Amino acid sequence: MMLEKPAPVLEIRDLSVSVGTDEGEARILDNAGLALMPGSIHGVVGESGCGKSTLIRAILGILPKRGRATHGSIMLGERNLLGLPADTLQKDVRGRAIGFIPQDPFQALNPVFRVGTQLLETVRTPGDSKATRETKKAHVISLLKAVQLPDAEHALDRYPHQFSGGQRQRLLIAAALASAPGIILADEPTTALDVTTQLQILKLLRGLAIERGLSMIFVTHDFGVVAQLCDTVTVMYAGQTVESGPVAQVLKAPFHPYTQMLLACHPERAKELAGIPGAVPSPLRPPQGCRFNPRCPSARPACSAGQPPRVAPQPGHAVRCVLHLDEAAA
Amino acid sequence: MTRFILGRLLLALPALFGLLVLTFIMLRVLPNDPSAALAGENATTEQIAAVRKAYGFDEPLWKQFVIYVGQVARADLGNSIISNRPVASDIAWRLPATIELTFVSLLFAAIVGIPLGTMAAVWHNSPFDHAMRIITVGGLAIASFWFAIILQIVFSMDLGWLPLRSRYPDGVPPPTDITGLYLVDSLLTLRFDQFWASFKHIVMPAFTLSLGGLASIARFTRAGVLETMQKDFVHYAEAAGYARKRIIWVYVLRNSVVAATTQIGLLFGALISSAVAVEAIFDWPGVGSYAVSAILTSDYKAVLAVTLVVGVIYAIVNIIVDVVHAMLDPRVAENL
Repeated sequence: MMLEKPAPVLEIRDLSVSVGTDEGEARILDNAGLALMPGSIHGVVGESGCGKSTLIRAILGILPKRGRATHGSIMLGERNLLGLPADTLQKDVRGRAIGFIPQDPFQALNPVFRVGTQLLETVRTPGDSKATRETKKAHVISLLKAVQLPDAEHALDRYPHQFSGGQRQRLLIAAALASAPGIILADEPTTALDVTTQLQILKLLRGLAIERGLSMIFVTHDFGVVAQLCDTVTVMYAGQTVESGPVAQVLKAPFHPYTQMLLACHPERAKELAGIPGAVPSPLRPPQGCRFNPRCPSARPACSAGQPPRVAPQPGHAVRCVLHLDEAAA
Repeated sequence: MTRFILGRLLLALPALFGLLVLTFIMLRVLPNDPSAALAGENATTEQIAAVRKAYGFDEPLWKQFVIYVGQVARADLGNSIISNRPVASDIAWRLPATIELTFVSLLFAAIVGIPLGTMAAVWHNSPFDHAMRIITVGGLAIASFWFAIILQIVFSMDLGWLPLRSRYPDGVPPPTDITGLYLVDSLLTLRFDQFWASFKHIVMPAFTLSLGGLASIARFTRAGVLETMQKDFVHYAEAAGYARKRIIWVYVLRNSVVAATTQIGLLFGALISSAVAVEAIFDWPGVGSYAVSAILTSDYKAVLAVTLVVGVIYAIVNIIVDVVHAMLDPRVAENL
């Protein structure tokens, strides 16, 4: 008798995204999958260019230029976001059901508009009368206090360049919370910040998630951040999601050779700094099957036969690797 | 902001000084002996010497320059060597006509050029964009005097909709002189008939004059909007759920217009120089047509006075543009 598992609030199933280039179609996401459980923080980790930003932008219906989803679904509850018209996405999803925290707080705010003008855009209560504007302002100021921005009362009249990087990221977090979304997507929100500021922002996000019961997808290239912040994690390589599971398990006993090698690159964990030989393949001509197989020390002929199915050798800890096919079957 | 404006004014001083030196050199040095020219063709050496003394040409150059600066400061630009009237007052009553014409042209160029450029960028590589490109290249390439004559033939001579020339109907008293700008004065005195008459007169010359500016503003706005649309803050605004229309017409456009304003300041120079031709064709009683007649009659005092006045106006316009720029982009004012 199995316990009834809670349904994910957001689930990406077998999502493939192709981008038309002058040299042909590039498949930048290849059957990628991800499940966000209610109230959890889910990390998406991988090297630059592995498709992790593309994956979470796809949730918002924002694909790269000349990009299109060729396969799969993005379920927000019962609703498939894939194929929703742009204005429905804008009205119901972006900034509404799903808040977004961008990567670079220095570039994300428009430099010639006051912060208040921009933050009020994300408050989606209808109406633009003087009274509703005042209510909206009060709401935003209360959010700014919640994200611990100093001098929150006067922040709305200032311009973005008058804030530090950490303060700007706090502004953007407040903007993401403005319409009380249940889900937050954070695209490397601490990468552009100092280490000390990074830690404060991570603590803030963790606190807000607990306090407000948020479910959050947190994209990063840093396993250290995943360890500090996340409950579960998905590892991506070259547009494929290779492994996912609870952070403790994935960090302690990773299944996929790529995860193992990536963890070995982390200076705090590695006894001896290792690299991964070879280079990330071009999405224009990716290797057949598991895209990691040309670099994989344990590669065998089956690896290039086709993409391995997703198997879960342990409950909740899944991997796409032929090495684990037998284990799961056994 | 006050500090910014003061700073800009200070920066304009060297430019104005350079302008004074330049006009001084042209006035006193280039005509190899102005005394000879002034004394007449058959003057004796004594007569020339007398003229030289009378005009102070025997003084050292630096002293002459000081005197010249003093004259300019008192708005004394000398008398026309043709009509013998003070050049300064001739220019003063013609100046509002030119200001009105160039301002209306610039306004029209901006009001039409900015939305056209934005639409071309939003739908870039669409048929609309290609059509815009052809039209703007045309706008830049068409000779304004040719275009003016075509307009005159079609709208005045064939259709009879618009007056052929001048600024106001002949023999009718113009609007009460408050600012000297007929469109403004007629509105201030609530004389809409006068406004309509002035408007009909300004349409063709202003449209002709605006063509080049309109084309460059549209092209600059297009490039600016395209560039701005690649910025992170636009991608962020989209992901954060701002309405698409607001992203383009408020957020992107404001950033693009910041760049376009600087362009408008530079355009003003080109505008003034085409105003010379346009005013002459439409018989517009402004500084441009005055400059043309001064050039044709070798009235060098008048020509130099026009150069000086236009230079000063150009400097003022660019200060205004800088201030507008600073108001549109808060970082500019703070970085000075």
